[in-house]
Parts: sequence; C-alpha cells; structure tokens
Amino acid sequence: MTQVVDRSTDAQEEPRDAVVAPGVPPSALDPATRTATTRDGFAVLLVAIRREPWVFAVSTIGSVLFGALTVADAWVLGWSTDHVLLPAYRDGEIGAGMLAAVVALFVGVALLRAVGIVARRLGAGIMQYRMQAHTRRAVTRQYLRLPMAWHQQHPTGELLSNANSDVEAAWGPIAPLPMAVGTVAMMVIAVVQMLATDLVLAFVGLLVFPAVIAANLAFQRRSSPLMTRAQELRAELSEVAHESFDGAMVVKTLGRESEETRRFAEIAQRLREVNVRAGRLRAAFDPALAALPSLGVLVVLATGVHRVGTGATAAGDVVTIAYLLTVVAFPIRSLGWLLGEFPRSVVGYRRVTAVLEADGEMPHGESRLPADARGGARLELRDVAYAYDPDQPLLHGVTLDVAPGRTVALVGATASGKSTLTSLVTRLVDPDAGRLTLDGVDLRDLAPGELARAVAVVPQTAFLFDDTVRGNVTLGADLPDDAVWAALRAAQADEFVAALPHGLDTRLGERGTSLSGGQRQRLSLARALVRRPRLLVLDDATSAVDPEVEGRILAALRRPDPLARAADASVDDPAIDPDVPPPSLLVVAYRKATIGLADEVVHLDGGRIAARGTHAELLATSPAYAALVNAYETADETPVPPTAEETR
Amino acid sequence: MSAATADPRVAAGGRVDSGEEMGALETIRLGLRHSPELREGLGVTLLLAVLASAGQVVVPITVQQTLDRGLGAPGGPDLRFTVLLGLAALVAVLVTGLASYGMTSRLFRTAESGLATLRTKAFRHVHDLPVLTQNTERRGALVARVTSDVDQVSQFLVFGGLLFVVSVGQVLVATIVMAVYSWQLTLVVWLCFAPLFASLRYFQRKLSDAYGTVRRQVGALLSAVSEPVVGAGVVRAYAVQDRTQQRIDEAVERFQAASTRAQGFTAFSFSLGGVSGGLANAGVIVVGVLLGFGGDISAGEVLAFAFLVSLFVGPVQMGTQILTDAQNAIAGWRRVLGILETPADLVDPGEAGVELPRGPIAVRFEDVGFAYPGGPPVLRGIDLELAPGSRIAVVGETGSGKSTIAKLLTRLMDPTTGRVLLDGLDVREIRQASLRRSVVLVPQEGFLFDDTIAANLAYGRLDATEAELRAAADELGLGDWLAGLPHGLATRVGQRGEALSAGERQLVALWRAQLADPDLLVLDEATSAVDPALEMRIGRALDSLMRGRTSVTIAHRLSTAEQADEVVVVDRGEVVQRGPHAELARQAGTAYARLHASWVAQQSGRGADRAVASAGTLDA
Repeated sequence: MTQVVDRSTDAQEEPRDAVVAPGVPPSALDPATRTATTRDGFAVLLVAIRREPWVFAVSTIGSVLFGALTVADAWVLGWSTDHVLLPAYRDGEIGAGMLAAVVALFVGVALLRAVGIVARRLGAGIMQYRMQAHTRRAVTRQYLRLPMAWHQQHPTGELLSNANSDVEAAWGPIAPLPMAVGTVAMMVIAVVQMLATDLVLAFVGLLVFPAVIAANLAFQRRSSPLMTRAQELRAELSEVAHESFDGAMVVKTLGRESEETRRFAEIAQRLREVNVRAGRLRAAFDPALAALPSLGVLVVLATGVHRVGTGATAAGDVVTIAYLLTVVAFPIRSLGWLLGEFPRSVVGYRRVTAVLEADGEMPHGESRLPADARGGARLELRDVAYAYDPDQPLLHGVTLDVAPGRTVALVGATASGKSTLTSLVTRLVDPDAGRLTLDGVDLRDLAPGELARAVAVVPQTAFLFDDTVRGNVTLGADLPDDAVWAALRAAQADEFVAALPHGLDTRLGERGTSLSGGQRQRLSLARALVRRPRLLVLDDATSAVDPEVEGRILAALRRPDPLARAADASVDDPAIDPDVPPPSLLVVAYRKATIGLADEVVHLDGGRIAARGTHAELLATSPAYAALVNAYETADETPVPPTAEETR
Repeated sequence: MSAATADPRVAAGGRVDSGEEMGALETIRLGLRHSPELREGLGVTLLLAVLASAGQVVVPITVQQTLDRGLGAPGGPDLRFTVLLGLAALVAVLVTGLASYGMTSRLFRTAESGLATLRTKAFRHVHDLPVLTQNTERRGALVARVTSDVDQVSQFLVFGGLLFVVSVGQVLVATIVMAVYSWQLTLVVWLCFAPLFASLRYFQRKLSDAYGTVRRQVGALLSAVSEPVVGAGVVRAYAVQDRTQQRIDEAVERFQAASTRAQGFTAFSFSLGGVSGGLANAGVIVVGVLLGFGGDISAGEVLAFAFLVSLFVGPVQMGTQILTDAQNAIAGWRRVLGILETPADLVDPGEAGVELPRGPIAVRFEDVGFAYPGGPPVLRGIDLELAPGSRIAVVGETGSGKSTIAKLLTRLMDPTTGRVLLDGLDVREIRQASLRRSVVLVPQEGFLFDDTIAANLAYGRLDATEAELRAAADELGLGDWLAGLPHGLATRVGQRGEALSAGERQLVALWRAQLADPDLLVLDEATSAVDPALEMRIGRALDSLMRGRTSVTIAHRLSTAEQADEVVVVDRGEVVQRGPHAELARQAGTAYARLHASWVAQQSGRGADRAVASAGTLDA
C-alpha cells in the first residue's frame, strides 16, 4: 500500500556494517538458495498467521469471496447470454422475472465482491499493522530490559533500524498475502469451472497459466537484485544528505557546496541508472504478461469456433472460457509480489529475532535503603575493576569513598576512566571485580528502582525526551509545579523556561533540538535535582554552561536542601525542608573553578587513582596533577608533554 | 543555534517554503519547469501510450466479431474468417506490447532523469539557503525532501501521471466506442457510475487527511522508539523503563490506529468502482434485451458491449487508484519544489563579481545595521576599521550581537543597512568562490564528516597531498598528537566526529582552516570545557594559525582578549569601546571594565585561578 514510513529516517539509520547491511544477503538471490528463502518466507508468514489467525481468516475469506465472485461474474454473464439475452432475441420476448434475476445476480455479485475487497484489503492492513505493533512493542521491551553492556555492543543506528525498517520489512508480505491466497483460490475455481464447461477448450486455455507464472518468476529473479541495489543506493543518498546538511555551516564557510553537490549527484545518478534498468525490465515484462491471456483468448476463440461448428460446444461456453482467462490471468501477478517481498522479509525477521532472543539482564536483589533517609548518602568503592574489552581494562583497583554531604571531584585526562566510574556508580554496568556500596549496601543487592531513588546522574550529553519541559523534569513522577520550578531555579534554568511560549508545558521536540547545549544540560540537571537525590553524580554535566553560572549552580548544591535554597522563601511547600542536609556529590570536572569547590580531588590516570587530596595538596605534591590542571597557565610558556591517555 | 521555537525572529523569516499553498496543477507545471527532462519526447510517449491503450480494445472487438460473424455466420461457423481475424488480432496484440514497452521504458528514463535533476538541484539549494533557514529546519525533514519525497514523485510520474491521462483517454475512447454501438446503453453505463464520480472528491479529501495523520504519527513513532536506544543510560539511571515503554506503546497504538483508518478509506473507496461495474453490467443486459425487442441492437453487440463495460470499469478504477496515490506524490513534489521556491537571499555575483587580492585583508564596516526579518535591530550603525594582519577580539555579553558580526564578515548574512568591505570591496560584489577562498569561519563546534581525518581535511583544501597535510599539522604543533592516533590520518572520526573528543574535533577544525590558508580568519570561540592539556594544545595551534593573517575572534574568554592586538566591545548592538586590552581595562565604569571586574572576581573567588568573563555560551 502507500509507503507511509519516513524512508529518509530509516535509511539514515541503516547501519553500514557489512554484516548487517540493509536489504538482501547475496545468498538470497542465488537460485540455489532461493527455494530456501521461499520456504523461510512462508515460515515468517506462518508466524503472523498463528499470531493473528482471525484477522487472517477474515481477509482470506474476503479475498476468496472476491476471487470466487470475479469468476461468478463471468458465469453470470454466460448465464445471462444463454438464458436471457439469446432466448430474448430468438423468441422476441422474455419474462420480467428473468430480467429481475439478471439485475439481482449482477448487483448481488458486485456487492458481495465489494464486501470481499474491503475485507481483504482492510484485513491485510489490520494484520500487517498489528504484527508491526506486536513486534515493535516486543523489541522496545527488549531494549529496556537488556543491560547497558548489550547496548554498548550494538550501534545506535542498527537498533533503531531493527525497531523500524526491519519490522516493516519482516511483515511486508502480509499486504499481498490475502490477495495471493485469493488468487490461488480463484485459479482453482476457474480451472474447475473451465474443465466442467468444456474439456478441450479448458486445456487450450490452461496453457496460459503456467506461462504467466513462469514469466512472473523470471521477472522476479531479474528484478530483485536491482531492487536491492536501488534500496542500498537510497540509503546511501540519505546518509550523504543527512551528513551534508548537518555540516551545512562547514560546507558554506569553506565554499564546498559544489563538491558536496557532486558527491550527492553521483549517487543520485547511480540510483537513476538502476531505476531505469529496473524500469526497462518492467517495460518488457508488463506487456508480455498482459499479452499472454490475450493470446490465450485468441487461441480459445479459433478452437471454439471450430468446435461450435462441429456442434461439440455451445457459443456461451466459448464466451465463458475466454472471459475466465482474461479475469484470472491478471491477478496471478500478486503471487509474484508475494514472492518478491520474501527476501527482504526474511532478512528483516532474522534481524528482529536476533534482538528478541538476545540474552542478558541486570539482576537485582531485594534490599531496600531506609525509606526515611535524608541528606547525603555514603558511597564506597572497594578495589573496583572494570574492562569493556578484556585487553584494555578501563579501571583497576579503584578504592574511593564519598562521605555524606561531601564533594569529591574526579580529575583526569581524556579516557582516564572517569565516565566509566560514573557508569559503575549508577549501575549502568557492574564491576568485574571489587564492590560498590551505598550506605553499606552492595549496589547489586538493591531492589529494582531503589538505586534511582537515591542516586541521580547528570550525564555529559544531556538526553531530552520528546515531551514537555515538565515531563522532562518529572519523568512522570507526581510532583507539584512548585517543586519543578524550584529545581529549574537551582539549575539556573528557570529564566529561559519562563520565556518559552508555554512555560512548563512547552514541548521540546525530538531530543530537545530547539534548545542550546547549555540549556539542555541545565534541564537535565533540574531533572536530577527535583528528585532530591542523596548522591548526585555530575559527569562533566555543565561543560556547555557559562562558568559563572556553573559556579552558582555548584555553590547551591553544596548548601542544605538545594531546592529550598533556590526556592522562593515565600513558597509554603512542606516538601521543601531547609533542615535537609546537602547531598553527597561526585563530580567529573575540567574547570578549575569546579575542582576548587571539592572537598577532595581524585586524580585518575589510566584507570588507576594516581593521587588524592585537596586541590591545593595535589598541586603541591603531584607534578602530573599540577601539569594537567595548570595547562592554561603554562600554555604560553613551556609546552607540557602530553600524557599517555591523551595521545591514546 | 538559538532556542529556535521560542524565537520570534525565526518564525518571521527563516522557514523553508512548505509549498502547501500550491494547487495540484500548479505543482505539476512548476515541477515540469524545474525538470525539463520530463517534457522530452513527451509527444512520442503519449502517442505510444494511446497506441498501447487502444490495443486493449482489440481482444473484445475480436470476441464480438467472432461471435457475430464467425460463430453466427449464415451457414454455420466460418473458421477461415475466424482464423484471419485471429491473426490480425495477434498482430495488434504484438504491436500493443511493443508500444507499451516503448512507453514504459521511455517514461522511466525521463522520469528518473528529471527527478535526479530535481533532487540534485534541491540538495544544492539547501546549501545555498541562508544559515538561519538551515538552522530552523529539522535535518530529518530537509533530508526527506531530497530522498523519500522525490521517490514518491517517481512512483507517480512513472505509473501515475501519464497512466491517469491514458485512463481518462480510455474512458473517453470506451465511451465513444460504446456510443457507436449504442448511445442508450452508454447512457446507462454513465448513469451507473455517476454516484462514484460525484463522491470522488469527498473521498480524496478524507484520504488526504488520513494519510497526513499517518505521516505525523510515523514521526512520533520514530521519536518514541529512539528513546530507549539513544537515552538508554538515562532511562536506566532514573529507572523510568515503565514510563518509557508506556510512551512507546501509546505511539505504536496511535500509529496503528491512524494506518488502519487510512487503510479503511482506501479499501472502501476502491470497492465502490466494482459496485458501479456490477450495476452497469446488469443495466446493459436488461436495457440491451429491451432495446433488442425494438430491433435497435443485436445480441452480439450487447455482448460486445458487456466486454466494453469492463474496458470502461478498468480505467475508472485505475484512475481512482492513481488519484489516491497522487495525493501523496503531489504533496511530496510540493515539498521538494518548496525548497527551490525558498529564496537563497545571498546572491553570488558570479562572473560579474570581483576577485579579492591575496594577502592579509583590511576590514571595514560602514554604518552597518542588521535585523532579522520582522525582528528588532541586532546591530546598529557599526563603523569599524580593522588593519590587515591584526588580531581582533570581539567581546560582549550574551545577545550583544557579537556573533552577528562574524556572520556578516563571512557573508553568511547580508547587512540590512550599510556595507561590509574587505580590502575596500563590498562583500556582495565579491565572487562567492573568491570570498570562500580568502575568508574562513571556524564555528564553535568543529563539525566533522563521518570519514577519515584526511578526508575531513580535504574540505579545507581538496588537492592537498599527504605531505602537505603533515606539514600543516607540524606548523600547528599537532605532529605528536597525530602520531598518537591509532591510524594516523586514516583514523575514522565517526558520525559528526564523535569518535574524537570535543577538543580533538576543534583541533581538526583548526587544521582544516590552516589548509584552507585564508587571508581573513574568523573564529567563534568554543565554550565547551575540554581537557586542560588539550586546551593548551588548541591555544598553541590557534596562535600559529593566526600568524600572518587578519583574524577576528568572537571571544568568550577574557584571556583571548588579553592576547589580541585590539579589543572591540559590543554592547546592545553597538560598538561601545575599542583598543588594546590594557588600555580598556583602565577605563573605569565602562562595559569592558565591568566584564573585566567580574572576571577578576571569578579568578580570586574560591581558589579558581582562571575563568571566563560573563560572556555566555547561549548566544551562538
């Protein structure tokens, strides 16, 4: 039916990795494995039929009804010819009842056929959309259930296309399915009827069907590689366009518009060539497919005239068989459409199944943190080690404490393990060795949702949902607007939110693209603060925020109940309690102003703790630390040799 | 990029023409103008189409002739006549097939060529649009216009447009042929189809609405499905899996409902043609019998007429289907054409323009003012002269207009009043190619293409050899950094360069600018905090890059201003102060003094050694 899914987005998200390349694997086009693909294609369809047997039944019955009645049309015409038209002309009279019968038959058949069409088309649509919905729900549930480690092993683009274009491809053959089933039924009925009408003419006519099927198969075989190629080129085209528009500023300022256009035009031309080739193929096959039944009709007529002459058959029979041929030959194509969808479907289904069958889950315990605990939590890391790739450990032997209400800054060069450490604290991943405890409870023993109640993380790259400002801050929690405003104020985000057209109810659009980086970071921070976390983890969360604003934010965080501090004193909200002690803070920082606020600074180097102490102590005792944080000052004087991590 | 949706000036003037105002015929006319290939050989193609569709009458006529003169010949069936007729029909069928081949392959060639041109033109035009417009549009929507929207048009042009014309032709031809047989029966057929034709418009509108809804729901679905993937970390850290799933389920459901509704309309409108056909068949037989009594028509003619009705029904159904699909195609075509109809307001003088001489550029602003369409003035009466080879820092608070100065200098926008002169030449008179050659802007975020470092550097200079790339790296002091990369110049940077850190991306952007070797360098200083060691490296690279060129830096750090030859202070759209840092810092009670004071306060407060002036990060 109409192509409704935004292809550009799909194609842009198509992974380019050869293993998961879009479209059809070469083997599917190889004649030797073709039967296997056809068998697999039917197996995929069977899954859908089992899942939605009733809708399938209705649409198939509709289709069979349509097929049968299309055939019946020919029969009604033949009957009318023999019993009404010819006798009327012969005898010069006809009963009104017979005329009424003609009307009743034609109109009845047409109405029933209309019902058949609606049942078939709507049924096919409903079945296809339901299967898509089932699969999308299942796939996204998997995405939410599988551990972070699984996500890290799968590129974003791949996962997005699994849930979008692969789902669509997998259930693509459902659309032509009822039509194909109906066609088969129609063919059977037509063949039986032809055989019953006149054996000899039927055999002559039946030569047409195998010829049409053979022509269709030959067409499919030749066209599907071209279709696959065209699909790949469309994906490429979309990728180039997306990237080029993303970098429009660079293209413009360096005056590279012509080169970019050439890059795009080249692929557009290749796509054109493939499409033209596919078109020529189609141009050759279409008339051939149309001509075959016509030729059949001519042969039937020639034979029929001879047989009528010898008295072997009636004129009406010749008409009936000729009509059946023209009516049935055309829908045979739908079998070709069905088979043509199979390769894409099989590939899509396999890719979706791989996600659905993926194993792994983050196990949770039963422990709970005290429900009435307030103020900073105590975080302890003991000999924690973690490696994403066993050859490249990211952290080893890290032992670290964040005492209640204290602020610890993590400092280190790029790739020294700071972000890995924050992932461990929020339990996006579990350590390979050692343990992390919150108020003495091992993170792995905590019940689901417990950790999130006590710990809030603000990541480096703010992620916003396609929702309102309020939705993005509360994430569905039932919080009064006062609390939301207080959090926005503490995150220094209240001013720009107030200036938005609908305030808290302003929709931010997909991933908040309408906001600047700094604004997104501050909303992300408000989201953390509104939960009154007992441990707040800031992973370089204010990098795009003006340093002075950042300073105000951090200062507020270190005072008792940041929300109360930020809130208007007149707000009479029992939830805001100035006696609540400040949360514990774990901060990844680059800016000296930020580092300077910390009670303790931990210098990470190559996944190990190289030094710890106050900023002043480390400056005095650790030359490596001093070199790292003093880079600004020495920039104009002697260059500092880059650290190992920086050069990677 | 500013808070676009909240920004009135964007709504006032930056959007791409949606094309929604255009009628269908106007769209087609405009489309043909932009893709002249579509007209090529249209006459021949149409002739072939007529031939191909006329050929479809051959078989029913043969049936009729066979019945009347072969089977019903006086003295028994006439086999010889039937065979001759059959052979003639065979020739006709073959000719029809050839004509059909010719038509379809020609259609594919012209349509695909025309659309490849349209696509490419639209792509180019997106790059020619003002920066403001580019930033306002969602990337995905722009991409769709040069990809899926064009594909939709392709379907229509190949299978729809001409076929619709032919279908209408067939309906007319069938009507004429029917009328030759019997005008009474023809009238009966038309009466039976009248309700269908009458309801067509209503259904088209319903369908168009229904598919519009589907399109919107697809967008929402894609967005919802991306949340557990892109936001995997946040969803887990905040334990909002249930809420996320619920949002997805809602989007999935809404999409399903919208699709089903649209499908319902399609199915229902499609079934109407069949019902009309049944009515027509019955009417023909009944009225045919009645007419037969009067001797007006023969049995064979009535039968042939019954076949002719199917010739009438076929194209009517085809035409209805095409009209349905056309809703989407025309809408897609409108959106593509909408891009081309959006004015690219910066006109390149082309050959008529002048070349900028090489060597450090002298900059002059003459009474320059700027306002976004429908917005208040951003800059007012700027008069400024910058000496060739000097280092200028432009400072000012958020929203002061300092970034606008950079955009005017690089001609990303033209001033509303006054002139911007480079080496005494109005930028509007300088050839675009020459201007881009000599003036380079390094934006805040160093955008990189998903390719190797070397390929990204090629954007700076296409023909640079590897030795030149390395030489440029050495000049900027990046040699050891390059050596530390896993694959050196062949290191892939990932999408938008995200395999590199923010600081490293900036390094590559500076390196790219070095290769471009501009005479005027305009820098929008990055505000993101980066690893201090890298920060230092960036500083050194910048220093080398600026050597021997005129440079204008939109400064967010006062340390940058300190090192400049001259500081230009912008306040509320006007230049309020200029001069070397040391001099400006001494002038008490001025804008610069305020910026400086807050900077000093930052420095001494809480042990923070160096920070940034209050110039924010949100104005870029």
